[in-house]
Amino acid sequence: MPSERKSIPLRLALYALMVCTAVVFLFPFLFMIASSFKTNDQIFTDLESFRALLPVGPLTGENYARAFRLGHIGHYLFNSLLVTGITVSLGLVVNSLAAFALARIEWRGKQAVLTLLVILLVVPFEVISVPLMLLVASLPGLAIGADGIEITRSWLDTLYVQIVPFIANAFSIYLFYQFFRDIPKDLDEAAYVDGATPLQVYRHVIVPSSLPVFATVTILQGLAMWNQYLWPLITVPGEAARPLMVGMEQFFGARRTAWGEVMAYATIITVPILAAFIIFQRWFVRSVVGSGVKG
Amino acid sequence: MPASVELRDVHKSYGQNEVIKGVSLRIEPGEFVVFVGPSGCGKSTLLRMIAGLEDITAGELRFDDDVVNDWDPARRNIGMVFQSYALYPHMTVEQNVGFGLKLAKRPRAELAERVEDALRVLQLTELRRHKPSELSGGQRQRVAIGRAIVRNPNVFLFDEPLSNLDASLRGQMRMEIGKLHQRLKNTVIYVTHDQVEAMTLADRIVVFEGGHIRQIGTPLELYERPANRFVASFIGTPTMGFLEGRVVRRSERGLEIALAVDGTQSTMLPGRWPTLATGAIVTLGIRPEHCLCRLAGGAVRTGTVVLVERLGADTFAFVEVAGAEAPVAVRLGPADRHIANGQEVGLSFDPANVLLFDGDGTTVFATEQ
Repeated sequence: MPSERKSIPLRLALYALMVCTAVVFLFPFLFMIASSFKTNDQIFTDLESFRALLPVGPLTGENYARAFRLGHIGHYLFNSLLVTGITVSLGLVVNSLAAFALARIEWRGKQAVLTLLVILLVVPFEVISVPLMLLVASLPGLAIGADGIEITRSWLDTLYVQIVPFIANAFSIYLFYQFFRDIPKDLDEAAYVDGATPLQVYRHVIVPSSLPVFATVTILQGLAMWNQYLWPLITVPGEAARPLMVGMEQFFGARRTAWGEVMAYATIITVPILAAFIIFQRWFVRSVVGSGVKG
Repeated sequence: MPASVELRDVHKSYGQNEVIKGVSLRIEPGEFVVFVGPSGCGKSTLLRMIAGLEDITAGELRFDDDVVNDWDPARRNIGMVFQSYALYPHMTVEQNVGFGLKLAKRPRAELAERVEDALRVLQLTELRRHKPSELSGGQRQRVAIGRAIVRNPNVFLFDEPLSNLDASLRGQMRMEIGKLHQRLKNTVIYVTHDQVEAMTLADRIVVFEGGHIRQIGTPLELYERPANRFVASFIGTPTMGFLEGRVVRRSERGLEIALAVDGTQSTMLPGRWPTLATGAIVTLGIRPEHCLCRLAGGAVRTGTVVLVERLGADTFAFVEVAGAEAPVAVRLGPADRHIANGQEVGLSFDPANVLLFDGDGTTVFATEQ
């Protein structure tokens, strides 16, 4: 395709528009980081000017110290990392295998399952959260007690209640399905002729050809898990299995809310997801744009 | 060890749509057989059935003495080269070639040695660390062939392997495939719609049409003694010319056939033709090299030149004749190369080299001269 050279004024206008858009998106982020180093009074004083977005004035690290001290942040961070890490890892395997079966293998009833998948895509989680909660509340589970592994009467207040229901994910399956469908079928057939089993085709041909979509699903499912709030709020009443997001509520007490600590806490929980995004960004963008896998 | 391949009344249907309609064929060990036919004739489907990539609806497929209908592709020990090459894009040339051996868990030293051999045979040693995206079409094709030969399969299957290459590379690769077969002596089944590939590579050619085999034979048999009008028109470039006619007289000297509607132009075909009665409608088939085209008179038919193809070594004129379905191709001799588009010319031919087809399109041969 011939590249179109845009005129300088047009390019300037485009850049200006992009900068404005970037500022709008960065605004809350800058406010959060700047405020996390300020006292409560300072935050409200700066609120009426651009100083709110800048780390200026008397700055303190006390908010971070208090967030770590009072917020059990280490414990909650561990829970969140564990829940997100396990769910995403298992989700990548389970959802991509499901998509492989749908996109690359012929079997009776495949179309019906695909239709069901599309239907599931449009059902919001809030619709099924209460029945799901009632279900897990009555499912026998396992726990490590003083006498070793014990059978419990419910899944509530555990880490796995935050993991198991979210491993299989219709949206992830659909993303994988769309990507796998476009990989030339000849590759599978060549591998079958070379002596591969379907699982080996998945492992040696499909997965290495699909890294962008794996990165995309890692980011999207990871982000969704990291930001889980409603589900742990209703299924994890205790502190032992509580994740970071729910942990934030302790800063909103009956007394005056300590906004500096809230912002410090929010900054801490944003860092891991930001790091993951920066790591996977290259593949993520490639996958979203749509990568060429032509032979 | 090269294996024999035998198809016994093989059928293939997709729902109500039958695409292979009872094919029986035996391919001897080490034989190079080419499947040809127009698009949609079922030749690629049959190849995929032999590979195990498509189920066989009915009939029997044997490799040597084994019925392999239900064997998966890996167990059949075949090597296949796809039209699209189907190289694994994330693997290097070396990894692509060795993938089958790796899956078979061959010892590392053996794997390295066999991959090395294959790369050397195909002159790919220098490119071993390259990814497919860094290779030219011809190089990719060689990697695909390397992947097929490295496992030393019983049967090689080629599915239109050269159709994505340009003309000169196609000629070069054709020669390489021919040389490779002479060296390895494996059984080869090769699908193409390019009759030059078929004629130059095959020990035997199988011509398909509409899910049926129309004829099996050596390239020369198919060219000189096609079983029917379809095969006669499919084999040979430019296509054989056809003239409609009617038997007007049978005699000791031969068969007199009227070519023009008014019966004024006729030709005498020598030999005995017991199956053709007087009055029978027939078609004469004439190869371009057996046809003469002159500006002067004395011709069997006259017509108008609609196209002259100058190919360098040969020049062909296409002559539109009243009553013929398509222009008749004529290879022009050195003296006639000045003939140009739009000229009125006279066509004549050697009756001894004419093929005769009956009303059903089946070739009729004279029983004796």
